[in-house]
Amino acid sequence: PALGLFLFTIARDPLRIIILIAGAFFWLVSLLLSSLIWFIAVKASDPRDEPLQKGLLIFGVMFSVLLQEAFRFLYYKLLRKAIEGLVALSEDGCSPISIQQMAYVAGVGFGLMSGAFSMINLLADALGPGTVGIHGDSQLYFLTSAFMTMVLIFLHTFWGILFFHGCEHRRWWEIVAVVVMHLAVSGSTFCNPLYVGSLVPSYLLMAAAAVWAYLLSGGSAQNLRRFLLCKS
Amino acid sequence: ASMSGDTGVIHVVEKEEDLNWVLADGPHPPYMVLLDGNLFNRRVMLQLKGTSRVSGLAVAAAKPSPPQGFSPGLQCPNDGFGVYSEDYGPQFAHCNTTVWNPVGSGLSYEDFHFPIFLLEDANETQVIKQCYQDHNVPRDGSGPEYPLCAMQLFSHMHAVTSTVTCMRRSSLQSTFSINPEVVCDPLLDYNVWSTLQPINSSGKVDPQKEVIIVATRIDSHSFFWNIAPGAESAVSSFVTHLAAAEALHKAPDVHLLRRNVMFTFFQGETFDYIGSSRMVYDMEKDKFPLRLDNIHSFVELNQVALRSNSTLWMHTDPVSRTNASVEAQVRSLLDILSNSSVGANVSLQEVGYSQPLPPSSFQRFLRARHIPGVVLTDHRTAFQNRYYQSMYDTPQNIRLQYPQGLSPEETLEYVTDAAKSLAEVATVVARALYRLAGGANATSAIRADPKTVTRMLYGFLIKMNNSWFQSIIKPDIKGILGDVPQHYVAVSSPVNTTYLVQYVLANLTGTVVNLTKEECLNPEKPAGGEQEMYEYAWVQGSLDPNSTSRVPYCVRSTVHLSKALSPAFELRQWGSTEYSTWTESRWKDIRARIFLVASRELEIITLVVGVAVLVFSLLATYFINAKADVLFSIPQDPGAVAY
Repeated sequence: PALGLFLFTIARDPLRIIILIAGAFFWLVSLLLSSLIWFIAVKASDPRDEPLQKGLLIFGVMFSVLLQEAFRFLYYKLLRKAIEGLVALSEDGCSPISIQQMAYVAGVGFGLMSGAFSMINLLADALGPGTVGIHGDSQLYFLTSAFMTMVLIFLHTFWGILFFHGCEHRRWWEIVAVVVMHLAVSGSTFCNPLYVGSLVPSYLLMAAAAVWAYLLSGGSAQNLRRFLLCKS
Repeated sequence: ASMSGDTGVIHVVEKEEDLNWVLADGPHPPYMVLLDGNLFNRRVMLQLKGTSRVSGLAVAAAKPSPPQGFSPGLQCPNDGFGVYSEDYGPQFAHCNTTVWNPVGSGLSYEDFHFPIFLLEDANETQVIKQCYQDHNVPRDGSGPEYPLCAMQLFSHMHAVTSTVTCMRRSSLQSTFSINPEVVCDPLLDYNVWSTLQPINSSGKVDPQKEVIIVATRIDSHSFFWNIAPGAESAVSSFVTHLAAAEALHKAPDVHLLRRNVMFTFFQGETFDYIGSSRMVYDMEKDKFPLRLDNIHSFVELNQVALRSNSTLWMHTDPVSRTNASVEAQVRSLLDILSNSSVGANVSLQEVGYSQPLPPSSFQRFLRARHIPGVVLTDHRTAFQNRYYQSMYDTPQNIRLQYPQGLSPEETLEYVTDAAKSLAEVATVVARALYRLAGGANATSAIRADPKTVTRMLYGFLIKMNNSWFQSIIKPDIKGILGDVPQHYVAVSSPVNTTYLVQYVLANLTGTVVNLTKEECLNPEKPAGGEQEMYEYAWVQGSLDPNSTSRVPYCVRSTVHLSKALSPAFELRQWGSTEYSTWTESRWKDIRARIFLVASRELEIITLVVGVAVLVFSLLATYFINAKADVLFSIPQDPGAVAY
């Protein structure tokens, strides 16, 4: 899906590609900072204390979520400034790309980088004849990881749209909702290997976020019906 | 074995019936068999070799050793490279008269296309068996369910087919390639030799001077790489030889003896007499200080530790004894040996004309010249050693036992019964050599020291890293001590065994001289005829009792090394049937791992789901993009571009 989105909606326009790459970079920096904090915390603590390590991991994940959202906000500020610059450079006084489009592309950027991070390690380890399970883990690990990554990419895209819309129209509760949703999805992964506990809520949240973002972008139930019935 | 490792589902075979699952019944081939050591015999191995359902084998070493004996060597060791052939004693060739190693299965000489590993640690075996119990055991007659426990073995060997092929490829690579990829190396090491009276090792010995050669082999072999304890087949003989050399050197009038004695330790004898064939070749081509004419007689010690009723058998070659002069010399040799055993706890008996020589280095010398000689062994017909050239030829095989609860130092010094028995043999040999060399005095003073013998047995069989070995070696090679002792000839030389035999011999037969380190390492060669008589070695010395530093000193001895590479490689006759042509393949990685494997169905499902999602998402995105103006109508911003 991420590949499809990229190919059909972003690849044609160089400006969108730049925004995509910059968005991915911002996400990466946020992850780097949060992992630095976690690493220092782990090194400073006792490695044998299991509950403490688990607690540190939860803390690290929450802190990382907050940091990602903070960087999303920083990126929004940067793009705002960029729109002014683009308007100044353009011939007809309006920017070639709107803030909603930027929101969408930034979301895809965040999602792509997050997905790549999640899956590349897994794919590298998946080479070779063996599979997961000799210490009792589930067989379906690769499948569920793939689905989890996909849902996270979609979520980042929708959250980008919601977040930027909230910042634009000063609706703080939209921003808070995005942060809460992100925390909820990340927290649900701690239910793993009980995969139903993490995959089902995440897909439900994704559906909710999808509907909300669709409505914010100018869609309606009417439009949807017209699309599905192939009317022009 | 294949380049990227061989994988198979683990199956534990502990009795014969389990084998049927692997060969026919099991539904998830190929299998990786974990074989119990007692089933590691020719019959089972040939069954496994013949099927394509086996991708590898892990053998759990049997503890205790299989009581019926086990030998992966041939029934007729080194056949075709000794002296007996169609032209010489055809009734003795190919073990027609006596089968020397009846337990021999010839497994080491079979070609297996899958990797075979040895598991010596019982804990590792238990982990594999546990994984098997958890996942692979058939339930109620039907097959086990996926995921299954599997093992992957990496042991890719670069050489194929034969020595001729791999040497040809290696030489092509070395000649034409910038970065040559050599695929195999010839087995190569050094023989250790030393003379009683010093000789000029770079010149030639006077043809009138006669030398008696005493010989033993110092290497062994087993089915698995770098595991060759060789207690009975090699260590017992060369330890006795070293003790005899020490005893003989202590006799007061050695420098007055009419004939010289050369103590020779041949390396590579297990592989068709590499060391001895090379020495004979060098003697024939005048590259060795001695010539075949100088040799007066030959005494060889083969396996001597498992004597029954303290009887030591004297083997001779019946074919050469048909010549009257040779017969006379052999007769006197046998008489001197018998007389030397008077008063010792060893009785020497002749084997007679009915039997040929057992496999021994003496056979290579006989091929060149009919020298009178005798081979001493503890067996009359077949070997007493039921574990010849196998991993079970351990100290227990020669009844080497230590009482419990001793510290390593005490174990080093404890004189075992095995040591006493070998010391008796060494005494007899030393006395006989004294007489053969022309000594006229009484020989009762010549005795081998059981304390030396027991220290050597401990060092060569149980623990190389002991205080005595540490004190007699050079400081820069002290890293060689510390592995489990084994005596495979290998391809990088000299191996630990060769070094240790060299330094032990230097310590036992040499003298301490008062030189400084610089003088010792660069001895001035006095002009005249004294060049190259002696070898000087600067050895570590023993640890001061209350400090951590050692007191090194200089040892002067007549111990030399001579290259033991088969003449076939010098002459580049890689398909030679005259000389040994053994090579070892090169390899890079040797490792193993266990993990679970998923069923084919799950893998296909994962792939299909992924492809389906990809195609569906591409289609959906395309349609949404095409009809974006239908889906999204933006009221505020009329100039917005479609998504």
